[in-house]
Amino acid sequence: MKIEYYIVLSLALFCIGIAGVLTRRNAIIIFMCIELMLNAVNLLLVAFSKMHHLAGAATNPTAGIDGQLFVFFIMVVAAAEVSVGLAIIVMMYRNVHSVDVNFLNRLKH
Amino acid sequence: MSVTVFLFYFLSVLAIGSALMVVISRNPIHSILWLIGTFFAISGHYILMNAQFLGIVNIIVYAGAIMVLFLFVVMLMNLNTETEPKKNKWLKLAGVVSGGCLLLVLVAALKTAEKHGQLVQLKEGDIGLVGNLGKVLFTDYVVPFEISSILFLSAMVGTVVIGKKGD
Repeated sequence: MKIEYYIVLSLALFCIGIAGVLTRRNAIIIFMCIELMLNAVNLLLVAFSKMHHLAGAATNPTAGIDGQLFVFFIMVVAAAEVSVGLAIIVMMYRNVHSVDVNFLNRLKH
Repeated sequence: MSVTVFLFYFLSVLAIGSALMVVISRNPIHSILWLIGTFFAISGHYILMNAQFLGIVNIIVYAGAIMVLFLFVVMLMNLNTETEPKKNKWLKLAGVVSGGCLLLVLVAALKTAEKHGQLVQLKEGDIGLVGNLGKVLFTDYVVPFEISSILFLSAMVGTVVIGKKGD
């Protein structure tokens, strides 16, 4: 499978995430679209890692393994980010009784 | 058309279709369930590329832990109604058009890229197996691995402090 197909697939997922962030107003759905963008990048990293492995496996048997480890660390950071972000959304709901981001356009109260 | 190519196209259509439904659905619960479908399709891609460890971790961490957290928050706050008010049609159109323009520009940039047609190894290659990844993780990358435990500790403390009621 050529690398271009994977690049186009990841770009499509990433741009769907961006369109979702721009069009939706529910804070939880915006957050989910950010998760979608993170996953598109992860998919592309794994595809590039397998591409480099195919190109350099003759000289280095573990060529391209760094890409998959980066994906692992991105997942670690994403898990921490989700827990803090959802806590912020819960606190925002407690204060303004809504998760609509348009209610946050003024930083007072 | 071999089975591998068919699986690639099937999983790609599944991922993009579910991702579109995440953005389109009006009910947040439906969005979350479609996002779980997207994550399963991406895990299928990982397994197709023989990155077995990442495929399993993706299912456990994303579909198992993170999406359950989302569902829990949505149901706890009683948001599963379609409360989103009607908003400006033009604003929505502008968002979709700008997302599509970004896709167009990036694909056009890909057209003029230097190297074309490099292949991705499917179904074979053993760098994605648990043993090989673990060996590198605990030798070359042991310091970032330990630091990520501090990150988790601070995230836990931060979540409790932010989510605490009162003051």
